[in-house]
Amino acid sequence: MTTTSADGTVRRRSTWRAAQNRAGAAFAVPFFAGFVLVFLLPILYALYQSFYSVQSAGGLGIESSSSTVFVAFDNYRRALSDSHFWMAMLRVGGFAVVQIPISLGLSLAAALLLDAARERATRAYRLLLLVPYMIPAVVATLIWVYLYSPKVGPLTKAGSWFGLSVNFFSPAMLWVSIGNLIIWMCLGFNMLIIYGALRGVDRSSLEAARVDGAGAFRTAWSIKIPSVRGSLVLTGMLSIIGMLQIFNEPLLFRSASPQTVTKDFTPIMAIYSQAFTNNNYNYAAALSIVLAVVIGLLSFLFYKFANRPA
Amino acid sequence: MSTTTMQRSADVPPNVSAVPGPRRARRTRRRDHEQKYVLVGLILFAIYSVAPVWWLVVNVTKDRRDLYSTNGLWFGHWNLGANFRQLADYDDGIFFRWLANSVFYAVVGAAVCTLISVMCGYALSRFSFRGRNLGLGIVIGSFLVPTALITVPLYLLFSRLGLVDTVWAVLIPSFVSPFGVYLAKVYVDASVPEELLEAARLDGASELRIFTQIVVRLMPTGAATVFVLLFVSNWNSFFLPLTMLRGSERWTLALGLYNWFTQKNDQIADHTTLTLMGALISIIPLAVVMIAMQRYWRTGVAVGALK
Repeated sequence: MTTTSADGTVRRRSTWRAAQNRAGAAFAVPFFAGFVLVFLLPILYALYQSFYSVQSAGGLGIESSSSTVFVAFDNYRRALSDSHFWMAMLRVGGFAVVQIPISLGLSLAAALLLDAARERATRAYRLLLLVPYMIPAVVATLIWVYLYSPKVGPLTKAGSWFGLSVNFFSPAMLWVSIGNLIIWMCLGFNMLIIYGALRGVDRSSLEAARVDGAGAFRTAWSIKIPSVRGSLVLTGMLSIIGMLQIFNEPLLFRSASPQTVTKDFTPIMAIYSQAFTNNNYNYAAALSIVLAVVIGLLSFLFYKFANRPA
Repeated sequence: MSTTTMQRSADVPPNVSAVPGPRRARRTRRRDHEQKYVLVGLILFAIYSVAPVWWLVVNVTKDRRDLYSTNGLWFGHWNLGANFRQLADYDDGIFFRWLANSVFYAVVGAAVCTLISVMCGYALSRFSFRGRNLGLGIVIGSFLVPTALITVPLYLLFSRLGLVDTVWAVLIPSFVSPFGVYLAKVYVDASVPEELLEAARLDGASELRIFTQIVVRLMPTGAATVFVLLFVSNWNSFFLPLTMLRGSERWTLALGLYNWFTQKNDQIADHTTLTLMGALISIIPLAVVMIAMQRYWRTGVAVGALK
């Protein structure tokens, strides 16, 4: 008697659990429905589109002027040999290789300074360094394009005081100008991530180092920097992903110097111009997939490389 | 290495626990010296961060002649009121339309997305249904999916659905944020005790009631953090509205300012003062939200760093 009743309780409890978990799953439905609509379907649709092409069928006696035909991997074959697209990729990749270490180095320096400063000072400086983070990216770019502009901005004038005639929009200077802009935009945010990690460093080991006579620089180099490696990897990875998608900044620079910043200056700009200038959506879809694969691969490699056992 | 340490600790008398007087003084002097360098460094970083904004504030107050002829870092003839009126009058005050649109997209998008994220975070944290681990994997994996890449395919899909150039084209994508879900899950993990849920269940409360009466009330901080981070990213959004919206009456601030900026280069009219004024005003709502809710987004950034 007692055993059956115990069995019953167990069974009742497990069906109760199942009902509860169904209810739990229901809470997840809105997000995953949205995920399917906003992430999954577009990717699948882009994949589908990338295997088709709109071809004008003149001269073959077909009445419609253009038709969508299945072209298998033609778009991809074209993408792989598209010199403009790969030039854009190399251009941005080369830029990232130079810019990201500088940017992260500066963020790290700012975070270390903030960490070394007396408690009183940190609040104010942290807020001041985060001012750029509070400015919308497009507005930040506008401000800097004006600052660089020889007509309105003070920078060209300041350069001429030192006998330099700097054209911030010349081909040689352009990446420096954009690089500085991006450093300005990201410095505070990256600093905050690294600073957060620095605060987590065991204070007693820092105190021990100080008693042993290590200076601020030595402590930073031997204790603090190694212990924020994880954060540096994270910010580095986010920077790479962000950089390959760079679009807003060059687009605004393009309206300041259209000769230097061509319409396919960066990969996303190339995709955008294929889609909305040439109206070649199928090819744009193929390029999007190629770029996604490249970014995924790079993130993976970077992650593996940065997390390899020392 | 270890021998030198031992030697040094050997010549300190064992009964003196602290460092002797002269050496401590030297050390304090060195720390003061270091503090000076630290402050100089921080001041330089602060100037770098703030100077461009200072330039904007100064030049918004100038008339067009002073803008081109006077020192950009100091005030000229005070013309702020006239500049503001010019902005307000331009194209029947279209700027304020854009401002309202931006606020609408950012607030509605972030509010709905926060609700969806908290629900999903709760589900992933406190239930063990089939597919839960897959769901969690999808959430974390899609951090790596570049949003700019989704945008063109999304445009193709939305144009098939007839959503392009409607409010929904901007709102719907902003409802879905994997990072928001992840953040919400972390907060539920930390602030919604399992025992409390069990107790409510034993009292016969329905799952919906448990969510609205207990879970939501336990995590105002988590929800506020998710909201602020989403608000900021919506306010900054540019590529999505640029792709989706055609009619200027549905534009966001960023899109409108971009348009003015490019028109300036067509030399039809000088839109520089308009653009500068608009740029400054567009900073204000974001700055107010971020300063008022500092505590929240800073913890959000920290959580993001830990993932």
